[in-house]
Amino acid sequence: MTANKSEALGTFVIAPSELGSLISALREDGYEVIGPKLADGAIVHEPLESADDLPVGYDDEQEGGTYRVAKNGANTYFDYVVGPHSWKRYLFPPDQQLCQMRRQGKTFRLIETKQEIPRYAFFGVRSCDLHAMQVQDKVFDNGEFADPGYMERRKAAFVVVVNCLRPAATCFCASMDTGPRATGGYDLALTELASKGRHEFLVEVGSSRGEEIFAKVSGRPATEADQSAPETASAKAANAMKREMVPDVQALLKRNLEHRRWDDVAKRCLTCANCTLVCPTCFCTTVEDYTDLTGSTAERRRRWDSCFTMDFSYVHGGSVRRETYARYRQWMTHKLSSWFDQFDVSGCVGCGRCITWCPVGIDITEEARAIRDSEGSR
Amino acid sequence: MNDPMTPSPFRVERVRKELSDTFTLDLVPADGKRDFPFLPGQFNMLYAFGVGEVPISISGDPSKPDTIVHTTRVVGAVTRAMRNLGVGHTIGVRGPYGTAWPVEEMQGADVVIVTGGIGLAPLRPAIYSILENRSAFGNVSILYGARTPEDILYRKELEKWRGMFDMQVDVTVDYATGRWAGKVGVVTKLIQRGGFHPQDSIALICGPEIMMKFAVQALQDRGVTDDRIYVSMERNMKCGIGFCGHCQLGGDFVCRDGPVFRFDTLADKFAISEL
Ligand SMILES: Cc1cc2nc3c(=O)[nH]c(=O)nc-3n(C[C@H](O)[C@H](O)[C@H](O)COP(=O)(O)OP(=O)(O)OC[C@H]3O[C@@H](n4cnc5c(N)ncnc54)[C@H](O)[C@@H]3O)c2cc1C
Ligand code: SF4
Ligand code: SF4
Ligand code: FES
Repeated sequence: MTANKSEALGTFVIAPSELGSLISALREDGYEVIGPKLADGAIVHEPLESADDLPVGYDDEQEGGTYRVAKNGANTYFDYVVGPHSWKRYLFPPDQQLCQMRRQGKTFRLIETKQEIPRYAFFGVRSCDLHAMQVQDKVFDNGEFADPGYMERRKAAFVVVVNCLRPAATCFCASMDTGPRATGGYDLALTELASKGRHEFLVEVGSSRGEEIFAKVSGRPATEADQSAPETASAKAANAMKREMVPDVQALLKRNLEHRRWDDVAKRCLTCANCTLVCPTCFCTTVEDYTDLTGSTAERRRRWDSCFTMDFSYVHGGSVRRETYARYRQWMTHKLSSWFDQFDVSGCVGCGRCITWCPVGIDITEEARAIRDSEGSR
Repeated sequence: MNDPMTPSPFRVERVRKELSDTFTLDLVPADGKRDFPFLPGQFNMLYAFGVGEVPISISGDPSKPDTIVHTTRVVGAVTRAMRNLGVGHTIGVRGPYGTAWPVEEMQGADVVIVTGGIGLAPLRPAIYSILENRSAFGNVSILYGARTPEDILYRKELEKWRGMFDMQVDVTVDYATGRWAGKVGVVTKLIQRGGFHPQDSIALICGPEIMMKFAVQALQDRGVTDDRIYVSMERNMKCGIGFCGHCQLGGDFVCRDGPVFRFDTLADKFAISEL
């Protein structure tokens, strides 16, 4: 995890060709660089070997239940925003071994396994997703218990932010105070400056680690005019945002745990769990047990789970949340309300993924607004 | 950094059959280090090799932390595998986790313990703690309900406690069988008639959720206020430490903020179905 304020360590301007130098510098330093790639019609996060892997000149079109990536004819690198992947799949893998045991007669003992801690460089992290990492930091170190695997991966990870210049129609980070510009918590932050024939990147250095890597990239110090670019661009992006979360949603939902809108959304929700899987902050897991064929070694694996499944709340005698309304309510109130009780922060960062990837286009901002507009109706 | 999700191997030292479907295991750390301090009401995550891990309350005596005692009812795969363990077998343990019964705060007050079925197991450590320091508490009543006389857990101990002059033990069954000459009916009836002073009492409840609901009502009807009622909640648990999300009850993680809750902090959530 990196320092919280950026300005102090300098601001520079680099040519687009220097993105390659930056990726090389990270790789030479031993980082596995993960960044945006176009695969199966979506922008996903995968290992990058060079800047040639980056998708150039693509836009994404997002709406409730719709996602489409298309060439926009430009030479820009970062016009699209977030896709179906979030960085949590690297810091908090979907399927992870917890421990292994070997049986000897009546007894068993733990098999020592040393897991390598990968050193990731996340290239192209959007502000909402950076906030999502900070949200998960609180989940996996709750003051009493910490997940050592997560903590070590997170500590080792190098973060290259890209400030958003154009929101998707599903984005609402501005109303969640999580974007579109990152104001700290990164190693390097890029803002693409592309207008009137100009094409350069402004680089803000956010940590000493960022400074060391950036030393291997050629650029010039930013002028005062350059330095105001991220703020101007992000104000423009914020203005272009079509969706917003209603204010004081934490208290609103607490007052309306019983409301007829929950039954209404239950008629549309398929309990498919897509929203929880694409959400960059959802952290729920289950643990599965395996034995080898002879039954002499056993393994425990932790996998992503979702509050939308029936088994999730199972106790002997039946599940606590049998009905769809109760499961949707758990998801939405957790994201927007009870998360504050647990972690003193919102569980939603306004990335819009759950809207885009919902097969029936349920929109968390719309559901919240509907409850506000009919408060108290049961 | 130690991974809090890794179980420690413990050795089964003793197995006792309690009822047809309920058994008690005494466990000691396999590494021979005999000390496992815990508070009454806390639980462990117990792991059966290759089968799974489940939350089970500690039901032994807190003043004897050299052995951990668990009483378990067989209901499914993991608890069945645990029943098949014998002396010398290894079981995985993580814990102790969760909040405790307010034994300290109860000093000077009357204590009403309301429980049913296996719910007596998580309360037994609190009863031991009271007995150890009996004069520090006022009247103590245990109101216990079982399905049939054959399902009465810790029967010998209940009889012993009833034989003490300073403890009231009231047992009722849903269905009388054999030569049962005791009370028949739900445990909440015992609350209506119980000889305790509502204003001076602190109540501890553990049992199925529906039973706790009616028990709380009966206590409220007698004038026990919500801030003097404690309940132990049950939710699905995959971690016990706040990571897996399964045990959520509104903003509470039952594994960390519970399982023991003071009822006034829970009353709103308790009233909402399928939360
Ligand atoms: C804090 C706490 C303390 C408990 N203390 C005791 C005790 O002292 N003695 C005792 O007999 N039982 C106790 N239980 C209940 C016990 O955990 C369940 O009976 C057990 O999990 C059932 O597992 P199974 O695999 O045998 O059953 P299955 O029905 O096959 O369960 C499948 C899975 O669902 C989950 N599950 C099922 N029932 C429950 C349940 N009631 N609570 C939580 N998770 C459940 C478990 O993950 C389990 O592996 C306690 C539960 C909690 C939450
Ligand atoms: S709830 Fe939806 S909008 Fe909010 S962070 Fe999760 S996926 Fe993004
Ligand atoms: S919304 Fe559901 S899946 Fe996501 S963190 Fe909350 S309980 Fe877990
Ligand atoms: S049991 Fe996993 S969060 Fe409570």
